Formats: sequence, structure tokens, C-alpha cells
Amino acid sequence: MAQTADALAHLTEISSQIDAAVVLDKEGTVVAATVDDERAGRMAGAALELFRRADEQREQELVQLDAALESGSVFVVRDADRLIAATTRSEPTVGLVFYDLKSCLRSLAEAPTEKPKPKRAPAKRRTTTPRSRTAPRKKKDESG
Amino acid sequence: MRAGRALAVGVAVGSAAGAILLRRRARSRDRVELYFDDGSLVTVGKGAPDAERLLSPARDLLAAARG
Repeated sequence: MAQTADALAHLTEISSQIDAAVVLDKEGTVVAATVDDERAGRMAGAALELFRRADEQREQELVQLDAALESGSVFVVRDADRLIAATTRSEPTVGLVFYDLKSCLRSLAEAPTEKPKPKRAPAKRRTTTPRSRTAPRKKKDESG
Repeated sequence: MRAGRALAVGVAVGSAAGAILLRRRARSRDRVELYFDDGSLVTVGKGAPDAERLLSPARDLLAAARG
């Protein structure tokens, strides 16, 4: 979750054209967003609906889409596990926006899954005596 | 004096008409582009049979992002 939020923060930092973005799973659950929860939920619902309807257009699998509207554009890109949806102002550089969204998804796919590290017990302190101070070891009696 | 006023009114009416025309043109450019995994691209423009089915959630998405 934190890595996804970081990836989105990086995305909006590098791409000045992107106004808002949301990452969701294939069921429409918001994973991270650049907007508040309420808006993110509505964005995710609309993005999933749009992607599903568009995917029904052909037998081939849909990988990405963009919609150019009067007051701005919307983009949806998918990978194996997630979808990313973003909005921009009117007439953005389409190729560049797709590139940035795909890079964001790729960075999420490459990120190692977060697992809480097991806490390591504090090392026990050993009281060692320098060898020089110890008495020489006796050889085992091998005769017996 | 009258000619000047008529000219001003003419310019105002012309500007308004131009703005309306531009707005209508921009609206008619609404379209969705779909990219499939075989590399094919389908453009669904306004007026196409399925256009409104796709444009409607796209508008919802944009409206949601802007609050």
C-alpha cells in the first residue's frame, strides 16, 4: 500500500499532465489514489465500468484506453493484477501519459511484496574469556 | 455613430456565434480509443452505436476526479 502510494506520488511528480490517478485491483477495490477516499471510490467504480464495457467490444483483450472529452481526457491501463486510471486536461500528449502510467504499473509489479519482518530476539551476551587466560585444554585420553 | 454601434453589435454577435460553434465542434470530438493486446486500435467516436455506452462512464470518471 505504501509502495503504491509512493509510486502514484512519483507519477504525479514526473507527469505534469496528470491531474488525478487511482490504482485499483480487478474487483474495483482502491489500492491507492491521489484524491480523497470518496472521490477515489467513485473514480474506481467509473474506471472499472468503462474498462469492462470497452473490453466487451472485441474478442481480443483490452490493454489500455483513452477517452477524449470536452473538458479533459481519461486514461485506463491494466496489467496482470491491477488497473490504473488517470485524468488529464484537454488534449494531453497521449503517448506520454500512457508511458507514465505503464511505468507506474511496472514499478508496482516489480516492487517486492511487503511482509512484516519477524522481530529478531536481542543477541545474548556471551561472556567469553580470552584464550590466553584460560587454562590449556587437556588432550582427550584416546587410549580408552 | 450609428455605424460604429452596428459594428460593435455585429462583432459581439459574431463572437458569440463563433464560441458556440467551437463548443459544438469540441463536443463532437468526444471519442474513446481502445488498444487491444494484438496491437489493434479501435476508435469509437460520438455518433457510433456504442459511443454513449463508453462515453458515459468516462464522463463519470472525469467528474469524480474533479469532485
